[in-house]
This record gives sequence, C-alpha cells and structure tokens, in this order.
Amino acid sequence: MTNWFQRLMPSRIRTEGGNKHNVPEGLWDKCPACQQVLYRPELERGLHVCPKCGHHMRISARTRLNAFLDEGEREEIAADIAPADPLKFRDSKKYKDRLSQAQKATGEKDALVVMQGSLKQMPLVAAAFEFRFMGGSMGAVVGARFVAGVERCLEQQLPLVCFSTSGGARMQESLFSLMQMAKTSAALGRMRKAGLPFISVMTDPTMGGVSASLAMLGDINLAEPKALIGFAGPRVIEQTVRETLPEGFQRSEFLLEHGALDQIVDRREMRDRIHNLLSLLHHRHWQPGPAQTEATMEAPRESGEAGQD
Amino acid sequence: MSQQFLEFEQPIAELEAKIRELQYVSSDNAMDLEDEIRRLQEKLQNKARQIYENLTPWQVVQLARHPQRPYTLDYIQHLFTDFEELHGDRNFADDKAMVGGVARLDGQPVMVIGHQKGRDTKEKIRRNFGMPRPEGYRKALRLMSMAERFHMPILTFIDTPGAYPGIGAEERGQSEAIAKNLQVMSGLKVPILCTVIGEGGSGGALAIGVGDVTLMMQYSTYSVISPEGCASILWKSAEKAPDAAETLAITSDRLSQLGLVDEVIPEPLGGAHRAPETAAQSLKQALCRHLHRLQEHAPEALVEQRYQRLLNYGVVKH
Repeated sequence: MTNWFQRLMPSRIRTEGGNKHNVPEGLWDKCPACQQVLYRPELERGLHVCPKCGHHMRISARTRLNAFLDEGEREEIAADIAPADPLKFRDSKKYKDRLSQAQKATGEKDALVVMQGSLKQMPLVAAAFEFRFMGGSMGAVVGARFVAGVERCLEQQLPLVCFSTSGGARMQESLFSLMQMAKTSAALGRMRKAGLPFISVMTDPTMGGVSASLAMLGDINLAEPKALIGFAGPRVIEQTVRETLPEGFQRSEFLLEHGALDQIVDRREMRDRIHNLLSLLHHRHWQPGPAQTEATMEAPRESGEAGQD
Repeated sequence: MSQQFLEFEQPIAELEAKIRELQYVSSDNAMDLEDEIRRLQEKLQNKARQIYENLTPWQVVQLARHPQRPYTLDYIQHLFTDFEELHGDRNFADDKAMVGGVARLDGQPVMVIGHQKGRDTKEKIRRNFGMPRPEGYRKALRLMSMAERFHMPILTFIDTPGAYPGIGAEERGQSEAIAKNLQVMSGLKVPILCTVIGEGGSGGALAIGVGDVTLMMQYSTYSVISPEGCASILWKSAEKAPDAAETLAITSDRLSQLGLVDEVIPEPLGGAHRAPETAAQSLKQALCRHLHRLQEHAPEALVEQRYQRLLNYGVVKH
C-alpha cells in the first residue's frame, strides 16, 4: 500500500518491508480512529484533531490551556499544593508510588491545572484535567484547585471554564475523594448565586464522580465530538443490564440528543464559540472593546455599545 | 422472622440453638436446666462481644448489607409520627428505591428522605435493590426544596449500593441528577441531617448526603466505591474485596477518626437488626440533639457553616 504519507516521507524514516503499522518515533502519529498516519507538527497546529476524520485525540491539560487562553500573561492558581496520602493507601502498589510515577510521567503535581488568563481579551479562569495523571481522577488536590479557581472568579467577577477528562473520583483517597464532589458542586453554587457564568466542556472521557458533580453543572454544558460521557462505565452497565449497549451510547451526540448538553463543539472552534457565549452571558461585567468587536466573527451587538461599561 | 446468621456469626448461632433446645426440654418436663441455660447465655454474651469487638471491615460490610437490617421505612416507623409518604418527581416516574415524605420528630414537622431496599425477592426488585435512577434523586430534590419553602429540617437516611447503572438512567441524566442535588443541598436554608444506616455507596449515597451533620450507624459503611469494585479495578480481582474494604477505610470508626463523620451511633450487640427499636432510639436521641443545636443558627449562618465544612474536606500538602 502506498499512500501519500509514504510518498512524502524522507527515505531515512521509511520502514522497509517490516511492520506497516509501525509508526516511527518523533515526527509521525497515527490517528487512533481512522488509522491515518499524520505529520505531527501539522497535527499540533490542528490541536490534535485528525484532519482526515475529525477525531479529537486526548491532549494534556497544559496543551489544552495553552491552546485555549490568549498568549501572554497567565497565572497558575494553587499550583503549589500537592497530594497527600491520608490513608496510607496501598493496593497492588502504594498510592505514594503511583503518585510519584504519575508526577514523573506528566510533570504535574496532580490531575487539574487552573489558570487565570484571558480569552480574546476577556479575563477569565480556565481549568483543565490531566488524564494521564491517574486517569484524571479527582482527589483532594483537584477539589482544592477547582475551588481556588472558583474563589478567584468570585473575587474578581470572572467567568469560569473547565475542560473535564476524568475517570471519576480517585479511589486511593477514598471518602475524601467522594467529598470533593460535594465541595466542587457547592463552590459552583456560589458562582451561580453571584451570577457568574460557568461553562463546562466535557472531553473524552468524563465519567463517574466528575461527571456527577462539576462537569454537569455548567450554565452551559459543551462537549467535544464523540466524547464518552456518563455516570457508570459502559462495562458496568453491560454487566448489570445484561444487554448489548446501543450504538453511540454515552457519546456526546447521544447526550445532546437526550438533552444533557447545549452543544457539541469542535476543538478548533472552541475559542470562538466560548468567547461568543461568554460575551453574551457575562455582558454585565465585560464587553468587547472596539478592536475586539471587529475581530469577533459574529459580533453580537452594535459596535456603538461596545466598550462602554 | 427467624434470625439469619452470617458466616462469622456461626458460633453465636450454635449457642443460641443450644439454648433454645434446653429451654424447650426444660419447659416440657420437670428437669431443672436453669443453671445450664444461664451458663450458656453468659457464654453466648461473651462470645458475641468477642466477635463484635473484633470485626474486620469486610465483616462490617456484610452486616451493613444484612438482609434483616432495618431499612429507611423501618427507621421512619420507629423515629417519627404522622408520616405521610410523598411520591414522584413530577417529570417521569416515582422511583421506589427512594422514599420520602413529611413527618414529625418529637412533634416537630420535618422532611424525611431515604434510600429504600426490599426485603423479599419481589420487593427487592420493586425497590431496585435500593439503587435510584435519576427520577429518585429528582424526587428527593423536589422534597428538599419543598422543605426549604416550608421551613422544615431535612433528615436523610442513606442505604444504597449506588446509583443504578442502567441504560435508561444514563439517558435521563443520572450524573446531572446527582450533581444537581449536591449543589442544591449545599445551599438550602434549613438544617440537613444525614445518617448512613446501611450501605453508603458512592455518588448515589452522597446525592442525599450533603448536610450540616453526618451520622453513621456503627455497622454501616460509607465509601467512594464498593470494595468489590475497587478490588476488581486495583487488584484485578473481585476476590480481594476484603483487602479493599480494609484499605478504603469505609467503617464508621475509621471515618470518624478521619473527621469525615461527626458521630457514630452505637448499635445493639449483634447489629441493629437484633434490636431495631433500640437502635432507632439511640439514633433518635442523637438526631434530636443535633437538630436542636443546628436550629440555634440563623439560616444564612447555617448555610455559610455548611459551605466551610465542605471546603474543609480533603487533605493536601502545601
């Protein structure tokens, strides 16, 4: 099989005869959905969305926030706090060891990164889960950082955006993790009371305790295409009901159909769409300046009103 | 109803059977076996105490799931008067795994909400093994919001393996239903008292468990995941459930040491099912005491205190 990539590929990377599915390290990635081999720099420019089939690959919390926030000044919130091991939890491995392994692999202290920055000049706080850190599971640090993000929003009257990708509550912190569901939900209650918008973006996968708390509590719930979103995992459901699950079950499109989401948004349009939504919802606290209005594709209002608070 | 015994209770079962036999013989003919019976009863007490003082977490899990353990409606019968059950979420259905209604506690009108398990096979199925679907949580939410409107304290009783993992439950928004309850409960302007009476299974339990005080019956459990679920994920084998039960710290004594539970309600020797009324009376005393204390706070102060309480959950390193 000779496809465009093989023709383009410099001979030194071309695999001779061997395993065709073998993707050389470094410059090339394979789309897990359509198997297309992709040129990594191009993939990165496209925010890790397959240019061929539109599959949204998982990305790290920092890649996410870097792509989402304006370049320039950003402040990481509650970056200094790190996980503890109050239960001295040990399964087949020690929790302590799992933590240091995850920290080494990701360069993160825990599974949530929160930053204050701006989106097309609108100041806001954005949070993103790191799935590679123990499945993006929510323990005390994730809860504390999320709440710190909310508190920043309350102090400075900012909107909040959170990109979830998580298997749920972190088992190794046991009931402390469960309580993070209550804690984050309560904090979002304060946002609601203060009239500050929270946009929840669910990305693949958003399950269990995270889905059943902060992720489903958006004033606006968005999701990336084909993300797995739900409370119980598909395998658990299959074992319980002893039926084969319907095609597309618990995917974004299924949730949209059943009324759980406002929109499915392509990652490459995320900035535009969220900016537009927040410009509308957060209008009492922020309005685009004149230059900004021109830059926005779909200016929601007469430019004459813009910039006047 | 004849007493059902768990495996680790077999020595107790044998002694009790022997005592019954002797009592029968002694009542039948004139033989005086009273001394022997008294001796055995003493032995039984000691044996029972010895077993119950050294329960493993996994044995507590079995007690929490005991088929004869008092359920929410049993406690309601013992704790309250004038109970009126209220049904339905007004949108989809009446979930029988969640019960609720208005009642009086020591004369005071309150709202009562709890998971409900079934006793026999038919009832178990009708109650869906105590696993609510979204409509159950939405019924609870409806009743809690009503309680706030009518200035009634809310008492919840937690006893569920977890929220139901089913196709319809997912379609109707199980996650959203739970999340919504967590958020609304954190801001209700009436006292909320939560008691774990049996199994506190994860998000499905917490969805009626956000409040001003959390009580646990001595032999109940409260956990982020079932020991079996945890074992099959982390040990790759459900047979490691006893190990998971140990590590997860799901028993009332461990959770109270960790500060996640405010008070443990002692159960009669052998568990609440051996003397449900006694268990309920101990619980009632604690509930009344906490309720009086909470009612001294103004509604806003109560909500602020609850919020701070929630923020304090979790241990991190700085």
